[in-house]
Amino acid sequence: MQAFSYVSAKSVSEASAILAQEGDNAKVLSGGTDIIVQLREGRRSAHVVVDVKAIPELNELSYDAAAGLTIGAAVPMHRIYGDAKLAALYPGLMDSATLIGGTAIQGRATLGGNVCTASPAGDALPTLIALNARCVVASANGTREIAIENFFAGPGRTVLQKGDLLVAFKLPAPQPNSGAAYLRFIPRNEMDIAVVSAGVSVQLSADKSTFIAARIALGAVAPTPLFVPEAGAALIGQPVGAVAVNAAAEIAKAAARPISDMRGSAEQRKHLSAVMTKRTLEIAIERARA
Amino acid sequence: MIETQEFKVIGTRPIRPDGIDKVTGRAQYGADIKLQGLLYGRVLRSPHAHARIRSVDVSAAEKLPGVKAVITGRDFPAASNETVHAGEGVVNFSYLSENLMAQTRALYHGHVVAAVAAVDVHIAEEALKLIKVDYEVLTPVLDVIEAMRDDSPVVLQEVRTDELGEKGTKPTNIASHGRHDLGDVDKAFANAAVIVEREFVTGTVHQGYIEPQNGTAISSMDGSITAWTSTQSAWDERREISEVLKVPLAMVRVIPMEIGGGFGGKLNAYLEPLAAALSRKAGHQPVKLTMSRDEVLKATGPTSASVMRVKMGADKSGRIIAAYAWMAYEAGAFPGSPIGAGAAVIFGPYRFENARIDYYDVIVNKPKAQAYRAPGGTNAAYAAEVVVNDLAEKLGIDPLEMRLKNGARQGDRRADGPTYGPIAYLETIEAIKVSAHYNSPKPAPSRLGNKVGRGVASGYWGNWDGRSSASAVINSDGRVSYLEGSTDIGGLRASLAMQLAETIGLKYEDIRPMMGDTQTVGFNDATGGSRSTYGSGMAAHRLGLKIIAEMQKHAAALWDVQPEQVNVKGDVYSCGEKAITFKELAGQLDETGGPISVSVSLDTKGALPTFATQVVDVEVDVETGKLQILRYTAAQDVGRAIHPSYVEGQIQGGVVQGLGWAMHEEYVYDKDGHLLNGSLLDYRMPTALDMPMIDTILVEVPNPNHPFGVKGVGEVPIVPPAGALANAIYDAIGVRMNVLPMNPRNVLKAIGTI
Amino acid sequence: MSRKISVSATINGQENEFLCEPRQSLLEVLRDVLNLTGAKEGCNNGNCGACSVLLDGVLVNSCLVLGVEAQGRSITTVEGLAGDELHPLQRQFLENAALQCGICTPGFLVASKALLEKNPNPTEHEVRYFLAGNLCRCTGYDKIVKAVMAAAEEMRAKA
Ligand SMILES: Cc1cc2nc3c(=O)[nH]c(=O)nc-3n(C[C@H](O)[C@H](O)[C@H](O)COP(=O)(O)OP(=O)(O)OC[C@H]3O[C@@H](n4cnc5c(N)ncnc54)[C@H](O)[C@@H]3O)c2cc1C
Ligand code: FES
Ligand code: FES
Repeated sequence: MQAFSYVSAKSVSEASAILAQEGDNAKVLSGGTDIIVQLREGRRSAHVVVDVKAIPELNELSYDAAAGLTIGAAVPMHRIYGDAKLAALYPGLMDSATLIGGTAIQGRATLGGNVCTASPAGDALPTLIALNARCVVASANGTREIAIENFFAGPGRTVLQKGDLLVAFKLPAPQPNSGAAYLRFIPRNEMDIAVVSAGVSVQLSADKSTFIAARIALGAVAPTPLFVPEAGAALIGQPVGAVAVNAAAEIAKAAARPISDMRGSAEQRKHLSAVMTKRTLEIAIERARA
Repeated sequence: MIETQEFKVIGTRPIRPDGIDKVTGRAQYGADIKLQGLLYGRVLRSPHAHARIRSVDVSAAEKLPGVKAVITGRDFPAASNETVHAGEGVVNFSYLSENLMAQTRALYHGHVVAAVAAVDVHIAEEALKLIKVDYEVLTPVLDVIEAMRDDSPVVLQEVRTDELGEKGTKPTNIASHGRHDLGDVDKAFANAAVIVEREFVTGTVHQGYIEPQNGTAISSMDGSITAWTSTQSAWDERREISEVLKVPLAMVRVIPMEIGGGFGGKLNAYLEPLAAALSRKAGHQPVKLTMSRDEVLKATGPTSASVMRVKMGADKSGRIIAAYAWMAYEAGAFPGSPIGAGAAVIFGPYRFENARIDYYDVIVNKPKAQAYRAPGGTNAAYAAEVVVNDLAEKLGIDPLEMRLKNGARQGDRRADGPTYGPIAYLETIEAIKVSAHYNSPKPAPSRLGNKVGRGVASGYWGNWDGRSSASAVINSDGRVSYLEGSTDIGGLRASLAMQLAETIGLKYEDIRPMMGDTQTVGFNDATGGSRSTYGSGMAAHRLGLKIIAEMQKHAAALWDVQPEQVNVKGDVYSCGEKAITFKELAGQLDETGGPISVSVSLDTKGALPTFATQVVDVEVDVETGKLQILRYTAAQDVGRAIHPSYVEGQIQGGVVQGLGWAMHEEYVYDKDGHLLNGSLLDYRMPTALDMPMIDTILVEVPNPNHPFGVKGVGEVPIVPPAGALANAIYDAIGVRMNVLPMNPRNVLKAIGTI
Repeated sequence: MSRKISVSATINGQENEFLCEPRQSLLEVLRDVLNLTGAKEGCNNGNCGACSVLLDGVLVNSCLVLGVEAQGRSITTVEGLAGDELHPLQRQFLENAALQCGICTPGFLVASKALLEKNPNPTEHEVRYFLAGNLCRCTGYDKIVKAVMAAAEEMRAKA
């Protein structure tokens, strides 16, 4: 591997200062499950690696019925799904957290890393879009919030600028009668990268007969995770059932613009876009009704 | 005689002697070795699948601080063009040498172009970046059918087809075309009531051992070479190092370390000669080379992709009267795919009076194909077993009955020549027929719309015997130090010690086995071809007989009688009233003539083919094309299960490898011949979550040629899974698959969804 | 060559101080610096689990941890499982013939230990899910899963 120096930053300001100074020569190290591989294989380079796991704000994991959920960017998956209260409140997020890598990857991999890697197939991304997450970003000029669906610029690229550090995610508290889910299609049952995935959230009327809100996002069918607002919008006001679900799935499929690669072909992905959307909606509806 | 034999040790399940080291992390595998002054090497590989190498400039790399040696093709003497049998196949040393280190042509993505030794791996890696190679990129040949066309670019200009024994005249990618003929196929097809003909395409797959290749070597000032490595075949490696580096055979010592899987992929040298050449240049310091996973997938293994056409015809009664196979296997960049074995397997389980097999070995710009567990067998059986089921269905015959009716038995002549001795194929079919699995209803699907199917298939594998040596020392405490030379990849030391213990009437624990190297024990063929428990077991038995004879002499000396007068029963030596145990006698060796050590070297014969029949239940997700294996039962003729757990383990491991091949595994290349999925995330081998328990049925029909009835068990279990799974998919959704892997995309395509 | 950094960490219960470059992985440090070659390299990119260790009790792939990240942390490797006697998992792996070549075994043992600490009574499915990041090419997993279940039962009986 190329030589680099290592800094374990103790505060947001310390990390942002190094990132601002070093620019592209500095790389953030969170769980390291992407960046260490990339550095080793020469796909990225760094003079300095900034470990952000010792920064308190990036390790926050707190929930408040009014403010919702705050997840520090450096919180690893095993902490997310290890929290029983969160697991009950955000089952969709748990779907993602328990799918990423195997158990050992989940011991390290973080939500911030998954988002900043910006793989179109990243398993947390459609879920975070469905859950309406906002990204808290710090720089020398202070902090700002970015809606997750506006965070991605292309495969492996985000809107973060020189000196920016992703600090945390903010997720609204779940609405009553709502449910979310994430499903991915992979040939094996574990340890695979999504061929197509779908993250959805739905909110039903009090009698659980009608959709009153829905967000649908797809993974691995476009250069970035694909938010399909029109698929969610099509559900609103519709009676809960197969007709509405299938219609939304077809809209999602129409929006998908996949490529063929070693993991799947474009036709396969197009086809699976509808299947995964439908299946994910079915789970989310079941959860909303529970 | 064997049937009624009562065993004390054989058939029990003792713990292997190397077990504690392996569960505590102490066992020394190839990459674990540490030596004084050890240097670390890295290898530069061609980024092109096909290129002319105009020049290699290593001057900048040599100047990097910490770099101790750089080698290129120039450091390799021209190797002889001789072809010899080694491992499970044939080795041509000229091509072996060129595969180890390219000279003027890069023949596949990952072909070695240079190597560096430095004080640590990171510096060696940096040095690789400083090597400048000037390539003239050529059009790669990537597909077996394209490669066979007259207008295809040619990979190796010097190759001429060996066309049924005659050399061709023009450059070609077809290294050979062979044919087996039995009876009159054309006439028989004309008489058939039902004919099925199908074409099959299968992908390139890898052995997938978890331990990457490694090789550590010292080239000493006296010209000798010592190499430590993970190998299935220390003696073949020694020969290869000797030939490639032009060092006399006896000046090379290969020390086999513990090995992390091989499956045929560690029969040949990849790194050891490079490490030795680097050591020679680096002031005779030892050099360790290890491969990354990406290098393993790019440049070692794999086994052949293939295209096959199979046609079978049956009469109204369901008897198969004619069979034809056309088979083309990719050899990779040099001649020598396992096509010969594939041609033996394809119709192996069946008795035909009329058969023809045309088979082709075809060169393409991919890594040189190597053996992989029952080399060439899984894909061949896939084709045949799907066709047999199709015939059975058209005739309205149950697939197991079809196999019972047409299954090979003693005295039948196989399509590729040999006549079967005492084999036990039908017994494996019967075992499945009465199994709990086959007699229970199919499980219900786990989601609405999914379909569940059940399929069966059979498989044949020839098995090897080969040469084995061993030696032993009797210790004064009555224990036996036992040195054997076959690589132990999965409990062999235990299985051999058990056979020795059984022979001399001792307890398993009284045998202290150890693996020797090319300097410490006599010649041994590879651990491959399912030979080691057979051939080295025979050597253990013969060694035991020699020990007994020596002990008889000592007992005779003790009692002042003739050795022939000493009776031996178990561990008790007696003559008239006098009796002494092995242990007691061992304590009196010095008084009765001195220490005992014995050794044997055998060229064993008499291995018998084995057969397997397997049944699988699969759930098909019709919407996504995804398969889930729900239940699996594998019956196999195992001769005699020396250590039943290890026999079961061989079957379970073989089945799961076969299922990986059947469901997911395949090399994905881009149009320029770059391997795209050189990682274990994207080369999808089965995980624990993908598989159910694999139930085994050990059918024990002892081999009369072996003192304990052993037959090779390791390879045949990988032969049936792909065919069984295809037949189960058909049962579930009515679609006959004709491509491997049967991954979700290919299943959806077969259904017609995409 | 970049500068070496001094790192102190507890390894298998012992205080330890070592020097390493930031680019060296924990796996490399364990194997090449500390001579603990029990953790194996099967892929060096998190795909096989042969390098599994516990980092402050959490299962991780040591090939995806930098050696310098071990500062102040506690690490358990396969060498740390046995005391005077084998750990029940180690013994059950032997008795159930759960290893063939054994290269994956250290990783499976460490991962299984992490599983049983979290879930002393796992179902077969839970065992398979938890161990899905550990590849074994020899055994087909059958006997590994049985060994883990047997060890769990034994440990529950003793607890
Ligand atoms: C074997 C294996 C299996 C995997 N399986 C999956 C899978 O199933 N699904 C999936 O989605 N992914 C998978 N991944 C990829 C990876 O594990 C995930 O993307 C993970 O979430 C990355 O998190 P991390 O903390 O390890 O990221 P790191 O590697 O630490 O960082 C990733 C990138 O984000 C940047 N970064 C990290 N944190 C910040 C921050 N706070 N601010 C700014 N930039 C930052 C880093 O510089 C780097 O470029 C797998 C990886 C491996 C090795
Ligand atoms: S070596 Fe670390 S996961 Fe394979
Ligand atoms: S025992 Fe060989 S890889 Fe698991």
